[in-house]
Amino acid sequence: MTNETQNIMDIPAEKFAFAQTDKKLGDKKLQTKPVSYMRDAWRRFAKNKSSIVGMVIIVFLLLFSLIAPLVSQYSVEYSDGAYRNVLPKISANADGGFWDGTERYESNLATYQYNIAIGVESGREAVKKEYGTSTVVIEGEETTLYSYRRDTYNAVGYMFQTLTYDQFAALQEYQNSTGIQIVYPVVDKDAMLSSSDANYWYQTVSTGAHRGEAMLDENGDFIPLYLTGPASSYDRYDSLRIAGDPGIDDPESEDAYRYYRVVQGGVEVRVLYYEYYVYQHGFEPVHIFGATGTGADLFTLVASGTQFSFLLAIGVSIVNLIIGAIYGAIEGFYGGKIDLVMERIADILNGVPFMIVAVLLNMHFAETLGVVGALIFAFVLTGWIGTAATVRMQFYRYKKQEYVLAARTLGARDRRLIMKHIYPNALGTIITSAALYIPSVIFSETSLAYLGIINLNNPSEGLISLGSLLTTGQSAISLGFVHIMLFPAIVIALLMISFNLFGNGLRDAFNPSLRGADS
Amino acid sequence: MVKYVIKRLLLAALTLFVIMSMCFILIKLLPLPAVTGSEATVAIIEARREAMGYYLPIMEQFFLFWQRIFTSFDWGIGESMYQTQSVLEIIGQKLPATIGVNVYSLIFSIPIGIGLGIFAAVKKNKWQDHTISTLVMVFISVPSFVLAFIIQYVFCYKLGWFGLHVNRVDSTMNVWAQIFSPSMFVSMIPAIASLAFGTIAGFTRYTRAELSEVLTSDYMLLARTKGLTRRQATIRHALRNAMVVIFPMILGQFISVLAGSLIIEQIFGIPGIGALYVNSITVRDYNFFMAISAFYTAIGLVAGIVIDLSYGFIDPRIRIGAK
Repeated sequence: MTNETQNIMDIPAEKFAFAQTDKKLGDKKLQTKPVSYMRDAWRRFAKNKSSIVGMVIIVFLLLFSLIAPLVSQYSVEYSDGAYRNVLPKISANADGGFWDGTERYESNLATYQYNIAIGVESGREAVKKEYGTSTVVIEGEETTLYSYRRDTYNAVGYMFQTLTYDQFAALQEYQNSTGIQIVYPVVDKDAMLSSSDANYWYQTVSTGAHRGEAMLDENGDFIPLYLTGPASSYDRYDSLRIAGDPGIDDPESEDAYRYYRVVQGGVEVRVLYYEYYVYQHGFEPVHIFGATGTGADLFTLVASGTQFSFLLAIGVSIVNLIIGAIYGAIEGFYGGKIDLVMERIADILNGVPFMIVAVLLNMHFAETLGVVGALIFAFVLTGWIGTAATVRMQFYRYKKQEYVLAARTLGARDRRLIMKHIYPNALGTIITSAALYIPSVIFSETSLAYLGIINLNNPSEGLISLGSLLTTGQSAISLGFVHIMLFPAIVIALLMISFNLFGNGLRDAFNPSLRGADS
Repeated sequence: MVKYVIKRLLLAALTLFVIMSMCFILIKLLPLPAVTGSEATVAIIEARREAMGYYLPIMEQFFLFWQRIFTSFDWGIGESMYQTQSVLEIIGQKLPATIGVNVYSLIFSIPIGIGLGIFAAVKKNKWQDHTISTLVMVFISVPSFVLAFIIQYVFCYKLGWFGLHVNRVDSTMNVWAQIFSPSMFVSMIPAIASLAFGTIAGFTRYTRAELSEVLTSDYMLLARTKGLTRRQATIRHALRNAMVVIFPMILGQFISVLAGSLIIEQIFGIPGIGALYVNSITVRDYNFFMAISAFYTAIGLVAGIVIDLSYGFIDPRIRIGAK
């Protein structure tokens, strides 16, 4: 000890006095507001235009998938074969050649007349607009082709329906009260071109090259094939009669039209299906995205498929995030032999193509856990590896830092070190890896469903996947019904793009140093 | 280096062994599918099953399975598809179509992708770069099957330039010659295009990211001060260094050519391995399933090793396996 320090030590205690006692000493309070890690990340995220676009699309699709099934008049289970493959129609009164359920159609005379005839009886026209004719040579013979705009909803036309007496009476009651004609005169089945197609109410050429074409009277009108008889002999019908029916003036006339045919258990009637549909369901058939090959509403199906994709992808990535975070933390924190063994296990699981896992688990567990259960199991089994790897890397990076050592010296336990000191640093990477995992789940799910490897097409149980909608859509391409493929394809594409944009935005926001580096 | 390669290979072999063993046991736990077909076929398949020990306890079967593979590389015969024919032979017949489509698509993708990537990097932050980057984002995200649908609808159905499916392949004749014939190429164009968009986008993104990083480095500045033109400096210095990352990716793609794309093959009716695999799953032909699963797993593992090793070959500064 030097002299000086000696001297200081010798100063008696009572000679010391407090410099000040009335004020608390401390650092100056910061004038600016502190910015938390999350707020900082959000600020960077909000600056990134493309990720905001991604987020908006995600929110839009999420709302669509949640709200659409609620507001839609159709359910996933619904289907009506009469309206199979009908085109998209935005509302019941849509008109104007766009999104109104019509298409430009070209056909020979017989089909053209068939479509015209539908409108003649009821005024519900299947031919909306005519574009004139053209002549082509098919197999050495000149054929005139008629080009027109065909309303796919009205082209359904008439149907034979078998009703009980009570149902028939109720239907007439409805007709009387609303004044809408639903029941149309029955037709002589022997004279029809096809006895199962209720739209052949007019006389046609039955053989030869002109088969199917209408025979017209001197005025150029269709010649009806209606069955006739006095009203008293067909007394179960007493309601609206169509224009031109001699029965309007004199119901007892021999020429009065007959409106039903007696069959076993009731009556067979010929109904205008559109109005009959309104009578049955209380609303008009409007398929915003069109209908599928079985007549199900594509709008509802796409919405529930999107909902399924969202639920599956988000659910699976949360589970994987938790598993991956725990697994990676143990690997990274303890290192050494534990790390080595756990890495090998992850390596092996990582080497299995996902397809194999999905197929094997589906074969084993589809019956006990359900198809969806088996699929989730498959995703959970291998999906966490990526998250675990990133967490492990972060742990290796931070566990040797001085502040962690300081905390340990102060007596912090492993759990506290992991949760309080290392995890917050890894949080950004973990969230990013989870967000970027979502599109890959959606991709795998839709591809497996598309290939039919996993059967996610079960509308009767409310289960539908966008992938299986694409399968039905693809077979409809060769029939010319492109809408069935188009809408699910657009939604899948939007989902993938938006989640990728969103994930990339998150990555840039959490790790500004990684900006521009694509993974 | 050699030690490291051997270590990686052994590890991959071990991984493959474990995966295939798990696969085998999981499949054997399922009931054997019933054999259908003509009497003679059923008799042959049943006899073969008996000979291969399909009715023995699982552990014995497991031993026999690996014994067969190590001694004669025998993967069994087709049971519900290609009945009584050797699984390996059928896979050999299907391989050319898969390789054909993918090689064609790569041949187009590599130059276009790298070219666009270079262009975007050179024009960084100008409108050309923004356009390319946006398109890259779209084509990387949109699944290949959505693109395939659009291409199929527009070019095959609406315009009628190509058939909805590729030409048929006659398996009794030389399959390779048929796949690489000009008419086959034409019918494959939609499929090739569907595959190429995604690959091009991938190459463009990688090249752009790598090159734009290299372009800002100090030695580029030095090259320019020495008097090299921008073009010379970019081609001689920047591109060569960017290739260190791009080349392994090309290599990896070439190995994955063998695996092909299940979905594209299904959409365009390409008679390749992918379609075979999907069919083997839907009709439950386990012999095919096992063989093709092993094939896919092996390709994945080998691709990983080759990519890792190629870094060291291209750039001696990167010492693989060094601690």
